[in-house]
Amino acid sequence: MEIEPGLPVYSSHELNVAEGAEVERMRRTMDQPIPDPADWLEERELSRNILLTTVDKAVQWGRHYSTWPVNFGLACCAFEMISLAASRFDVSRFGMELLRASPRQADLMWVCGTLTWKMAPALRRIYDQMPEPKWVLAMGVCAISGGTFRESYAVVPGVNCIVPVDVYVPGCPPRPEALMYGVMKLHEKIMSQSVTRYFSIPLITRGAK
Amino acid sequence: MTELRTEPFVLNMGPHHPSTHGVFRMRVTFDGEVVVDVEPMFGYLHRGIEKLAEGRTYTQNIPLTDRLDYLASMTNNWGYVLAAEKLAGIPVPERAEYLRVIVGELMRIASHAMAIGFLLNELGAFFTPFMYMYREREKILDLFEMLCGQRLTYNYMRIGGVSHDAPPEFWPAVKRFVREMPSYIDEYERLLTTNEILLARTKGVGILPRDLAINSSASGPFLRASGVDWDLRRKDPYSIYDRFKFDVPVGTAGDVYDRYWCRMQEMRQSCRILEQALKQIPRGEVRTPVPHLLRPPVGEVYGHIEAPRGELGFYLVSDNSIAPYRFHVRPSTLINITTLRQMSLGWKLADLIAIFGSIDVVLGEIDR
Amino acid sequence: MTVALSGKGVTEELAKRIPGAIVSSDDKGIIIASDKLLPVAEFLKSSQFALDYLANLTAVDYMDYFEVVYHLFSLQHNQSLTLKTRCYDRERPAVPSVVSVWCGADLQEREVYDLMGIAFEGHPNLKRIVLWEGFPGHPLRRDYL
Repeated sequence: MEIEPGLPVYSSHELNVAEGAEVERMRRTMDQPIPDPADWLEERELSRNILLTTVDKAVQWGRHYSTWPVNFGLACCAFEMISLAASRFDVSRFGMELLRASPRQADLMWVCGTLTWKMAPALRRIYDQMPEPKWVLAMGVCAISGGTFRESYAVVPGVNCIVPVDVYVPGCPPRPEALMYGVMKLHEKIMSQSVTRYFSIPLITRGAK
Repeated sequence: MTELRTEPFVLNMGPHHPSTHGVFRMRVTFDGEVVVDVEPMFGYLHRGIEKLAEGRTYTQNIPLTDRLDYLASMTNNWGYVLAAEKLAGIPVPERAEYLRVIVGELMRIASHAMAIGFLLNELGAFFTPFMYMYREREKILDLFEMLCGQRLTYNYMRIGGVSHDAPPEFWPAVKRFVREMPSYIDEYERLLTTNEILLARTKGVGILPRDLAINSSASGPFLRASGVDWDLRRKDPYSIYDRFKFDVPVGTAGDVYDRYWCRMQEMRQSCRILEQALKQIPRGEVRTPVPHLLRPPVGEVYGHIEAPRGELGFYLVSDNSIAPYRFHVRPSTLINITTLRQMSLGWKLADLIAIFGSIDVVLGEIDR
Repeated sequence: MTVALSGKGVTEELAKRIPGAIVSSDDKGIIIASDKLLPVAEFLKSSQFALDYLANLTAVDYMDYFEVVYHLFSLQHNQSLTLKTRCYDRERPAVPSVVSVWCGADLQEREVYDLMGIAFEGHPNLKRIVLWEGFPGHPLRRDYL
């Protein structure tokens, strides 16, 4: 096997330096939390016409009963997420039959575990690759606020510095039942959202390339 | 016929991937489908535990150690408190030693069950063996919840013993589990050990020769599968392991199949140790009174135990203050990965996944 | 039971073979001058001590010097030895690498380089391992932050 002259030669060091520069850029710019999407709270008071309400209900009913999660299992909480998907605390009865590995086929991102600055570009990229509508569930205290490791030099103080979070499930690690409760709350949130949301509210693009 | 000219292709098996070992990344160079080079990259879960530990007291560090190898938290705790007790010269009551052995061996069974389940997941038996193993693991996690209230990160051991005694309903539940577990292991062996797909995918794949295994400081079932009889419970008995009769399974070929086989047999031996411990456990207190802010004398210690994944060591340096001066974890899985490249050269992509699965890594321990 | 070799027992043999290597020795272990580290390591592995298993490689930052600690085991004789070497340079600390003797030192030396800043001469691939390229400083040093 010969390497044809003229083809770009892969240099491991240059790739590492480029990735390191991206991590440093995120560390400097993204240390403030993104505000949580709270538009669903106002929508309850808006009056809508009857046709749209029924359409809303039907669409959101379909959406919330078949959210497919992309598992972003980072650390210990990942194993409670796996326990949730296993046979005892079966989550597929709530429509999350499979934990998709590909973000292109998912609409919910479960961030389980401690997020470090080195991993943050990957998290943002996976979030950007998910198609709308998408929701994020931060599981465990490390994802909510950095947890036990908050003072560490390498840990992001909460996943909401990188992506907007819809539901927070505290615990270290939260029991599978607690995570299921968080999922139920997310379902309620989805049910109370309207289809018109996606036409009028700008996408949250802070930090995206 | 003209020669087929191929070009190398670099694939990034990125930190986010369906294999559940954690955020591990490999840059693999392929020639077609044959692996030409593997560069493992990690640090995606580096939380700076060693630095954080320098700012916490000795007892506050115990929950930090839980989060290292989070699939075997009991043994992490044990390694750390063993090192701290050696440093400060604190004796441990008999009942606490027996409780430690009981939870340690239960943890070993749960951890090996997960390891085998995930290995088979990666070989393509999509979740079925994993669900079977999970059934046993859930029973063990229920026992631990009865004992200390937590399912995953226990924080059960303390310097000088364990944090509290087992409730009365614990003992019949453990005895029932130990009675039933060998029959479950027989069930797994019947389904898996002579399974032709498993044999075809794992026999002779990813061989680690004996000399390379010793030279690269491998440990645990990974080392024993290559034919090296080195188990710290036998060679350097800590706690009360010299009182129990058990065998140490040693493989011959050092391939993926032998690592699977070693783990399966170790589950059986753990059941044996549990039976003996349950018969011998005395009454008594479970904790030596230790000052709240422990100040060990100036010195250093390297305390190591046989964790399910290998030799987990803790190097503690003390300068007579309430926090350790240096807290270093000798991670078993980081050192086992040293030979990943040598083991997988010349194999195909699917074999690379199987080889990596057989090393049984947990990223929390690699990155700390 | 693993017997911890006393430093004094090893000192005599070592002083005969490689004079000038030992800085000090006691019951716990021996301290070697860093420029003689590689010959000492090769001797310890191939001699009757047969210390062929490097269990742990780490470094400690005492403010005046860095100390690199090696915990060696002999699987044949079931013995252990603690080997240390010191490095007094604070700006650019450097110590010879033992990867050619025990290849398990590879990733552990990279980690010490990453977190403490001690360069290992002769290491085939010395670059950052747990932190990213471009991270300012070496976090495990006592004067970081």
